Amino acid sequence: MLKSIRLLALVLPIAGATSVLAAGSEADFKAAYAAAEAANKEAAALRNQWTTTAAAMAAAKKAADTGDFDEAIASSKEAEALAKASIFQATSEKEAWKALEIR
Amino acid sequence: MSGEVNVRSAIHFASAALALAVLAFGAIQPAVAADTPDPAADAKAFRNYFTQKFPKLKLEDFVNGPYSMNEDMHRQWEEKEQFPPYDFSLDMGKEMFSKPFKNGKSYADCFPNKGIGIRQNYPYFDEKEGKVITLELALNRCREANGEPPFSYVKDEMAALTAYMAFTSRGKPFDIKIPGDPRALEAYQNGKRYFYTRRGQLNFSCATCHVQSPGERIRAEVLAPALGILNAMPIYRSEWGGMGTISRRFTTCNSQIRGVPLNPQDDEYRDLEYYLSYVSNGLPISGPGARP
Amino acid sequence: MASTIRVRAIASGETTEVQALIQHPMDSGFVKDAKGEIIPPHFIQELTFEYDGKSVFVADWGPAVSKDPYVKFSFKGGKKGDDLKISWVDNKGGTDTTTAKIQ
Repeated sequence: MLKSIRLLALVLPIAGATSVLAAGSEADFKAAYAAAEAANKEAAALRNQWTTTAAAMAAAKKAADTGDFDEAIASSKEAEALAKASIFQATSEKEAWKALEIR
Repeated sequence: MSGEVNVRSAIHFASAALALAVLAFGAIQPAVAADTPDPAADAKAFRNYFTQKFPKLKLEDFVNGPYSMNEDMHRQWEEKEQFPPYDFSLDMGKEMFSKPFKNGKSYADCFPNKGIGIRQNYPYFDEKEGKVITLELALNRCREANGEPPFSYVKDEMAALTAYMAFTSRGKPFDIKIPGDPRALEAYQNGKRYFYTRRGQLNFSCATCHVQSPGERIRAEVLAPALGILNAMPIYRSEWGGMGTISRRFTTCNSQIRGVPLNPQDDEYRDLEYYLSYVSNGLPISGPGARP
Repeated sequence: MASTIRVRAIASGETTEVQALIQHPMDSGFVKDAKGEIIPPHFIQELTFEYDGKSVFVADWGPAVSKDPYVKFSFKGGKKGDDLKISWVDNKGGTDTTTAKIQ
């Protein structure tokens, strides 16, 4: 219970921080996208990628192509968050699956 | 414009946070289970779970999946069986199976008993290779060994061939073996773990639908019980407007819960098929089948 | 080429029950293929069952009917051993016909 509250506490402040940012640049986008890619790659190694992660990354790329870097950065950060959630899922399920097993 | 983006990103983070929270709340601290799997005990417990949940069903009724889950569905199944939509694929499969390859050999040369009446023995653990071999995999390997290009694992020709082979085994009980080789036990355990592991953004495991909720609905579909769930494969699924194999069902299930599917016949899927088939030992092959 | 029509007609008392399964793509013309191009409409427009020189069942179909349609109906009359003729025409001018014996 406490662990999950700490997790929530971790993720929510990032949302607050973003709203203070000024318009993003291409460099900011590239950094955000790279972070998302790295997380998604880790999820792939765990054999647990989400389709929504890929969709967010595609949306980021598409926005960047039109020069809308704010949108591209937002989508990249969403993709990173989704990828990280999928990593958390794969890791916690390593033990958690046993709770569902018919015995 | 940037204000709008900030609201959006806040919502995105909130939804990601919610996803995380759901995962965290969902994770229970379980009692540590015994580490050495006992497949025979698993299978018995698996069967008992479902027969107790559906006491009016005979064991062989489970192979009809959603059609055994309520009266209305059962009547639909009886009607459908009079003119099954898989008939065309089955005919095509029979034709394909008997047609020789360019080198003169045929599928019969790759399988025991010329490939007739053997479907209930698949998948099996190949001790030389140290891996699980499924029927679909064996068929493509047969083709490649005879200079033919492999088929897609998910539909059309592969479905037709497996439909025919299943048909020749109709009524025969699943007879999956786990040899003493520790790697076989590991493959079985991998399959079991895959079955119960939550995945995808929707955080479902196979068990979420097919153990916790058989007979209930997900959107408009009635869920099938996991016991006997592979016995009717391959299936003509009205939703697909065509035939689909075990590979098709595994991959589409993954994407439906927003998990990126693995490749057909990846180790995880082969092991999953091994586990699901083993725990349905004794139930009759009913394939090919039809589903909504 | 094998017939696209499978039919079973069973006479019982005063009525005959007919079931038919027809192999046809029934493309509505609204679905796109993997390349994103519309699959052109290709569907049965008229399906006719004839007994004793008269139509006992006529269906006017359109794109709403799914692939490999299944039909079941009963008509008054029909004797065991008599012929039942089934034919269809699609929007491309394709046709098929078969004759079955009532059981």
